[in-house]
Amino acid sequence: MNQPVMPGRREFFLKMGGGIVMILAADAPAFAQQRRPYPEDLNAYLVIARDGRITVFSGKVEMGQGILTSQAQMVAEELDVDLDRIDMVLGDTDRCPWDMGTFGSLTTRMFGPALRAAAAQARLTLLDLAAHKLDVTPDRLQVSNGVISVSGDAARKVSYAELSQGARIAHVVPQKAVLRAAKDFKRMGQSPRRLDAVEKVTGGAKYTADMRLPGMLYARILRPPAHGAKLIEADTRAAEALPGVTVVRESELIAVLHADPEAASKALARVRARWENPPTTKQTPENIFDHILAAKGEPRVIQERGDPGAAKPAKPLSAEYRKGYVAHAPIEPHAALAEMHDGKLTVWASTQTPFPVQEQIAQRLKLDPKQVRVRVPYIGGGFGGKSASEQAIEAAVLAVRTGKPVQVARTREEEFFLDTFDPACVVQIASGLDAQGHISHWDYTVHAAGERGAELLYDVADVRMRSVGRGYYESTAAADSVHPFAIGPWRAPGANMNIFAIESHIDTLAALAGSDPLEFRLQHMRNPRMRRVLQAAASAFGWKAAAAPSRRGFGIACGMDAGTCVAVCAHVSVDVESGEIRVRRLVCAQDMGIVVNPEGAKMQIEGCLTMGLGYALSEELRFAGGRVLDRNFDSYPLPRFRGLPKIESVLIEDDTIAPQGGGEPGIVCTGAVIANAVFDASGARLLQLPMKPERVRAALAALASA
Amino acid sequence: MDAKSSITFTLNGKQTTLEADDDRTLLWVLRTDLELTGARYGCGEGPCGACTVLLDERPVRACRTPLWQVAGKSVMTVEGLAQDGKLHPLQQAFIDHGAFQCGYCTSAMLLTAWALLAENPKPSRPQIVAAMDHVLCRCGAHQRILAAVEAVAAQASRRPS
Ligand code: FES
Ligand code: FES
Repeated sequence: MNQPVMPGRREFFLKMGGGIVMILAADAPAFAQQRRPYPEDLNAYLVIARDGRITVFSGKVEMGQGILTSQAQMVAEELDVDLDRIDMVLGDTDRCPWDMGTFGSLTTRMFGPALRAAAAQARLTLLDLAAHKLDVTPDRLQVSNGVISVSGDAARKVSYAELSQGARIAHVVPQKAVLRAAKDFKRMGQSPRRLDAVEKVTGGAKYTADMRLPGMLYARILRPPAHGAKLIEADTRAAEALPGVTVVRESELIAVLHADPEAASKALARVRARWENPPTTKQTPENIFDHILAAKGEPRVIQERGDPGAAKPAKPLSAEYRKGYVAHAPIEPHAALAEMHDGKLTVWASTQTPFPVQEQIAQRLKLDPKQVRVRVPYIGGGFGGKSASEQAIEAAVLAVRTGKPVQVARTREEEFFLDTFDPACVVQIASGLDAQGHISHWDYTVHAAGERGAELLYDVADVRMRSVGRGYYESTAAADSVHPFAIGPWRAPGANMNIFAIESHIDTLAALAGSDPLEFRLQHMRNPRMRRVLQAAASAFGWKAAAAPSRRGFGIACGMDAGTCVAVCAHVSVDVESGEIRVRRLVCAQDMGIVVNPEGAKMQIEGCLTMGLGYALSEELRFAGGRVLDRNFDSYPLPRFRGLPKIESVLIEDDTIAPQGGGEPGIVCTGAVIANAVFDASGARLLQLPMKPERVRAALAALASA
Repeated sequence: MDAKSSITFTLNGKQTTLEADDDRTLLWVLRTDLELTGARYGCGEGPCGACTVLLDERPVRACRTPLWQVAGKSVMTVEGLAQDGKLHPLQQAFIDHGAFQCGYCTSAMLLTAWALLAENPKPSRPQIVAAMDHVLCRCGAHQRILAAVEAVAAQASRRPS
């Protein structure tokens, strides 16, 4: 996982082609978290078969973000072959280079350079081989779709396949290939048909729970009624009495297995278990914030300049922001299928972390990791929730114990219960305006969300930013955790809350100064990339300056995440009777450097904004201590077609900046921009997410009585 | 023990006979016995719609449909949409509009849209929203799904009838 350290403002430079390309490392720890470097040997990434097909190996997984296609585009570009010549192998621990996991919007910005470099090096090496073979100097050669020929004498040619002979490329050239400059791109920067398109519209795409092996058993596992409950006794006799049922008991793990999944469920219902339950009153959605604020733990100072303690603002402004627990709720629940064959355990799993899972399985079963192969089929949504993949370990244990292939596929109730939730958290901000109407100082403390996205991008002299608790890194098993259940990374972890708090507060300061929210931001923003996205979003939206609340229901917010700058404008209306917020339109501008696949990038932005409506407006887990009360989608409302705003996205392509993250940045402003638009519409400032109707009504009532 | 009985229905245009326990659920019969895994499990209780299939051309939740209910009827799954290797216009439109990300909801979205257009070839935007609202998508492909369905409806309404 990420190191909980915020780096200084560093930037990495990488020489690419003729120009210098800047890799922004505002979150350098994300780069450092890859525990092992990617291999130097290009053969680890690709092989060219005798028939000219190219197989590419990547430890990253496809869960909807489109990296199956974008990675193929990178190889196609650097190698000069058409996309339809490429076959991708993803997330297979036997075949792909070691990888920490698919999270943090790192595929394109961190694995991408390694993959492109391998493909570029392969091209350079093949050119060198071709030069020998055709007896010319390499500078006289040209490449077209995997065929190398002599310029001006096209009949003298040799294909990649003839040179490689389907084997690893052993030839080594002394020089290092340079990556192609964006201005010369032919296959990157395009939006070809997704490689998974036909499979996904015909039902042919295989997700983990679709895998079938002869003789396989479906397992259902006994779960406690609450986190922290202790098993007193379990009687499995009635289950065992059913024909075809196998029961496995191994300390905490009690599973019933059957060749028919429905029969396995029926058998599980016959297991009689007694539990010693933890108190249900300890943490509740109401008191959780007190628990969080009371939690001990040294605040860590992450960002500090000047002396915010000494500030004497003309107009002080302090506020506290809150957010409850949010579920990942991918439509595909966690699933795994394991099979032991000739001393080798193969586990198919819907996981974002195949290599760490391989190690965990090996550890649990005391196997050499080489005896364990984890393979990842298509994933039906991850969002961080499939970083934790206990189901793969369960399936592995059960396959070894029964000697049969075993599938563990969670029910929706299990998926809610066993989720690693986005943590409830609190942000406190003390700030204000000086006599000139500028931000006087900024004293910021985030509790339990972690500090991703908490760094202040605005131009303020006296700043202190502190983080208490470890956010989503917090240990979950510990009895003294403030959280009653596991928490974990949720799409742009921490950033949604931090940017909600920062951008809400900045907006209130703008109102206090009587300034237009865009104008006020630009006054305090020097970062040219951030200024550019703010202006681009505003112009696409048709922003007209006015101080809030203007009653138009317009809002703006911005942030930086995964190296990408993003700004969003919103138009909302608020029903003052019901407290219902209706989001009518969202316009997002994003600068993610070089864009590998523009349409794919826009799909991620739209997906982010749509998903963000949930944490902004409706999603908040109900629980009582370790009991998770939401068990299905009927009580936990996801964003849906009804109420969907019109979403527009603008990409600011910047060829001087290496490709940055795209799977998460689009979501980080959603809470803030809607809160700001609600303020503009109604004058009520919502300090807690989600902005459910009752909270809107309460804020309106407070406004009326003030 | 539950009684096994013989049940016959039409599946993607072909007559199918199964020996199965009466109380089996259509979703699991499709996914296990018949190995048609295009209908997905999402919640098992009705709210998500990922398991949607068509029963006599109307969308139903396969996870809530006991097998005996389909006797003598016609079931269509996503695997039955493409004819002779040719994609249905809705499938093509989903590809052209990028109307899926992880693809897990896609089978259900396609079949729901198919049933809507079968009943109402020229639906208005609010009618499309109302019909599609029965299926959840966590990836946020909604806007593109609506655009894809709208595009196919527009094609259909341009065709002379
Ligand atoms: S799986 Fe049938 S409605 Fe969700
Ligand atoms: S595309 Fe992933 S759930 Fe709809």
